[in-house]
Amino acid sequence: MRSVRVIPCLDVDGGRVVKGVRFVDLVDAGDPVELAARYDAEGADELVFLDITASSDSRRTMVDVVARTAEQVFIPFTVGGGVRSADDARALLRAGADKVSLNTAALAEAELVSRVAEEFGSQCVVVAIDARARREPDEGWEVYTHGGRNPTGRDALSWAEEATGRGAGELLVTSMDRDGTRSGFDLELTRAVVEAVPVPVIASGGVGSLDHLVEGATVGGADAVLAASIFHLGEHTVSEAKAHMAARGVTVRPADPSAR
Amino acid sequence: MTAGGTGAPGIAVLDYGIGNLRSAEKALQRLGADARLVADPEVASGAGAMVLPGVGAFGPCAAALRRSGLEAVVRGGVEREVPFLGICVGFQLLFEASEEAPGVAGLGVFPGVVRALPPGVKRPQMQWNRVDRRPERHSATLAGLPEEPWAYFVHSFAPEDGEDVVATCDYGGQVVAAAERGRVWGVQFHPEKSGSVGLAMLANFVRATERAGSARS
Repeated sequence: MRSVRVIPCLDVDGGRVVKGVRFVDLVDAGDPVELAARYDAEGADELVFLDITASSDSRRTMVDVVARTAEQVFIPFTVGGGVRSADDARALLRAGADKVSLNTAALAEAELVSRVAEEFGSQCVVVAIDARARREPDEGWEVYTHGGRNPTGRDALSWAEEATGRGAGELLVTSMDRDGTRSGFDLELTRAVVEAVPVPVIASGGVGSLDHLVEGATVGGADAVLAASIFHLGEHTVSEAKAHMAARGVTVRPADPSAR
Repeated sequence: MTAGGTGAPGIAVLDYGIGNLRSAEKALQRLGADARLVADPEVASGAGAMVLPGVGAFGPCAAALRRSGLEAVVRGGVEREVPFLGICVGFQLLFEASEEAPGVAGLGVFPGVVRALPPGVKRPQMQWNRVDRRPERHSATLAGLPEEPWAYFVHSFAPEDGEDVVATCDYGGQVVAAAERGRVWGVQFHPEKSGSVGLAMLANFVRATERAGSARS
């Protein structure tokens, strides 16, 4: 049975979550560990921490966040943002992260993917691909870095294949055209990557409704769907998202604790 | 609970130098167990119970276990019937061999070999899946858990079916999810990453450990 994972993404800046505002009853709504525990309780299948400052100081802070999370949250979690070297990856994995997500550094030096995969296993290595559609139809998608500002000239599908060939165990594919628009995933991009690689693909960028999550899994064929604002802003709980997906025929782990 | 052996914890999480083993240790500690990562064979052999985690591939894990000197500890523990839990590749290592690493011997605690997941499905299986109990077998591992527990799996290989199997999952066919033989339990999924269900399963192991400890003393 194939089930689709629902993954809330937490943006972390200097050890603090910068978007989670809905949980008014939390002791500290900016504490990534407390938010992670809350999403776990709601039925999240996995979590992604994205370190959006990624200065060298904040990387050390992130290692601390990871260590504290690993003591309290018992679902898989991935850490991305500013992982520049095998040493960075090692520090995060040793602190208790299940996976690290490589992006800019892997584009600069693809060998990094191989090194981390060899040392820790492919299941620990996520390659994050931020892509925009090229202007002409049928020209595919180009990989960008720095939050969608810097084009790399690389074709997203060929990078997806190379990263997987080098040992990436999973790809996190974000449409920079859709990110922040709340108009839904770029389903063509998602589908194209899913068909190009043998490993699981996480669809990301653009979720504004629960139907978008369904489409990502059905039309896009994604193995997991990632969203931030619809969960953080209090529009929907993870549990509602899963009930909605299940009602539309997508197999998900039930969010109801009595069923799991 | 204390166990024999100098400085040995109640539950030794065997640290043979591969991957991230901390989550198993943390999950057991969360349940109040006296659990600790142990790399020293002498210390580990005095523990009241053992957990053999494992991530990555069968060949390197088997080699690392041998190199670390902990293979003899595992064999000794199984022989003395201390509660024992193998997780993921740590479970697979308890079988005789694996298709993933032809020619590399497993520990042979469970009969049979580890085989690739069925064709036609994505490999690895990296997802949550429902754990289906064998109706005719009581499972101490899954006792008291929800009727249809879901667990987190990350693997490309799984042990073949046999009489010790207590649960399977459906992934391109029936795939072995858990087995038990006396006090040796093994799970293909990651209980330390399977939320409340996983913690409940580990709590079963901790209780079995405590029972075994009080029976000895």
